[in-house]
Amino acid sequence: MKRLLVFLILWLPVYAHAAINVFACEPEWAALAQEIGGDDVKVYSATTAMQDPHRIEARPSLIAQMRRANLVVCTGAELEVGWLPVLLQNANNAAVLPGKPGYFEAARFVPLLEKPTRLDRADGDVHAAGNPHLHTDPRNILRVAEALTARLAEVDPANAAAHRARGQTFAARWQAAIARWEARAAPLKNMPVAVQHKSFSYLLAWLGLREVALLEPKPGVEPSVSHLARVAAQLQTTPAKMVLRAAYQSPRPADWLASRTGIPALALPYTVGGNDRAQDLFGLFDDTLDQLLKAAP
Amino acid sequence: MLRPALLAAALATAFPVHADAQLDALRAELQELKSAYEARLQALEARLQQAENQTTDAAIKAEPTAQAAAPARSGFNPDISLILQGRYAHLKDVGERRIEGFLPGGHGADAARGFSLDGTELVMSASVDPYFRDLLILALQDEAAEIEEAWFQTTGLGNGFSLKGGRFRSGLGYQNEQHPHAWDFADNTLMYRALFGEAYGNDGVQLKWVAPTELFMEFGAEAGRGANFPGTDRNKNGIGSHALFGHLGGDVGASNSWRGGLSYLATKASERDSELEDLNDVKVETLFSGTSKTWVADFVWKWAPNGNASEQHFKFATEYFRRQESGLLHCDGGICSVGSDGDYKATQSGYYAQGVYQFMPRWRSGYRYDRLNPGPVDFGLNNAHLPVTDYKPSRHSLMLDYSPSEFSRLRLQYSKDKSMESVSENQWFVQYIHSLGAHGAHKF
Repeated sequence: MKRLLVFLILWLPVYAHAAINVFACEPEWAALAQEIGGDDVKVYSATTAMQDPHRIEARPSLIAQMRRANLVVCTGAELEVGWLPVLLQNANNAAVLPGKPGYFEAARFVPLLEKPTRLDRADGDVHAAGNPHLHTDPRNILRVAEALTARLAEVDPANAAAHRARGQTFAARWQAAIARWEARAAPLKNMPVAVQHKSFSYLLAWLGLREVALLEPKPGVEPSVSHLARVAAQLQTTPAKMVLRAAYQSPRPADWLASRTGIPALALPYTVGGNDRAQDLFGLFDDTLDQLLKAAP
Repeated sequence: MLRPALLAAALATAFPVHADAQLDALRAELQELKSAYEARLQALEARLQQAENQTTDAAIKAEPTAQAAAPARSGFNPDISLILQGRYAHLKDVGERRIEGFLPGGHGADAARGFSLDGTELVMSASVDPYFRDLLILALQDEAAEIEEAWFQTTGLGNGFSLKGGRFRSGLGYQNEQHPHAWDFADNTLMYRALFGEAYGNDGVQLKWVAPTELFMEFGAEAGRGANFPGTDRNKNGIGSHALFGHLGGDVGASNSWRGGLSYLATKASERDSELEDLNDVKVETLFSGTSKTWVADFVWKWAPNGNASEQHFKFATEYFRRQESGLLHCDGGICSVGSDGDYKATQSGYYAQGVYQFMPRWRSGYRYDRLNPGPVDFGLNNAHLPVTDYKPSRHSLMLDYSPSEFSRLRLQYSKDKSMESVSENQWFVQYIHSLGAHGAHKF
């Protein structure tokens, strides 16, 4: 009995500081949850910047992590439609099912761009709710941060004040960073660019870049050489200053086009961990802007 | 928002040619205005929401919180998907297809030669309420629709438990829960054909538990009617078959993942009907009554560079089984004449191993090896009537498939089939698999 008591006393402080488990579908939300949750959360990212978030399999390790999660933070808008429902069905974790406080979709707090006017798979990999790559606009991250702060406080009431404090600090730092980035990016306004996949629509909308060509013939469909040749011809009449792709995407189409047309091809980090400099959310946008400004004429 | 749009339209008509640049600028500004406006609206909504949340009392707060917008998972409720499959098969005309040394059962190999429809499946699933999720899989055939699965699963039991009930594919092994469209080859493995016909399904209940550990661990127990091969249907209360299974799994670095498991199935048969050939190669009817116990070990390993499977990936899967059957065998016709009863005791085993490699986007190639061991079979008194073989059925298969998208696949397969002692067959298959409707699941 005495031993049990000693054991309990030894364990009590551990339990009092037990961090809640956050399962993030993508690295950007893992980074954001870490910013807001600090030491009060243990964050697991289901994917890395080198993986295509559309094409993930419901691996056993992901099911195991989902089972332990107190909060699931995903993009939504059907980005994870192939694997997130499978994880939720197999993990038997009632606290993180859709509709529960433990389930958080970023897309619900952001106005989505490029909602398709017709839903037909003949148009490729269309997302009914709109383009899901919403984190490439830092203003969206701010919106999600506000909602996520409230959610963390709800799921982890013991540390609610700490979550709110960290959330506010992050929001202030982030707003200052946005102002800085916007000032730096002023010369990029109206610059025409070509993109490999519609990964950067929000980034382009934020900075006022113009997308004049898309390398994929349809969303999610690999470009063929003949299609790329057509894009190259199209770029003769409507020239672009650079070709953008995400770090996880195949370098071949963008590089082929770059060598054919002489337009620089950029591998943007796309998310946290996409390259050495993009180690957190601030680094992600610092590096993205550096690359864009460096390539801009 | 209408006025700037009108203005833009008016401008466009007024300066059709040289206003292009200005128009673009205007459009950009408009977009900017729109998103700023939406952002402010969003912020206001969020504040409103916050205010509402603060004023609601504790009772309401305990309910799941409403989110800003309606979920956008699917326009349909329930999710509906349709699988269409067809094939061209170039096969020998060997009459009845059996696997040498095994009592045939279930639905045997589909041996249609030439063009045929390979399988049409209708899948519907949805949440029933906050407590259950249901699923229906119909296999559509000419003049028949077979209910392959129709089950409910609890969603809110908590502590990692879930209960499934109805008709479902058993969680044993690896391939068992996969329907034919998810197979990596055009036809079934010899192992599953010998064990269950296609796969083991049951009417019953399944309790599953997932451990709260970093290493994936799931354990399940099933109890059911046991009407399907290797059992038989029965007019009795109680349990006709039960199964136990456990799986472990995890990642090794960013590029490798694996899952392994062990399963056990026990079922009873009463006058289970199989056609055999006696020592004079004359067809006889046999009826088996007794117990059937099956062990299955499974292992799957997957590799993709940095875990990014879109360019290249490799999958290795293997399963091994051991089945013990003992009881009575009644033999009718041929040399058994009006009927002969004897003991029956058999310990049979087998395995398959397969590797599938995506060497470039859209293209995969694969190799599969099947091998069975009919093992020592003892017919007791019927040893005088029925042949005992030590022939070991085997098969090599090579496949190449091309997937224009996630929803369509075209496959070419060649097999050297030696599952029957007297036949060594070259088989060719061309197969298409299409899936319509709700987005398919990326299962491991």
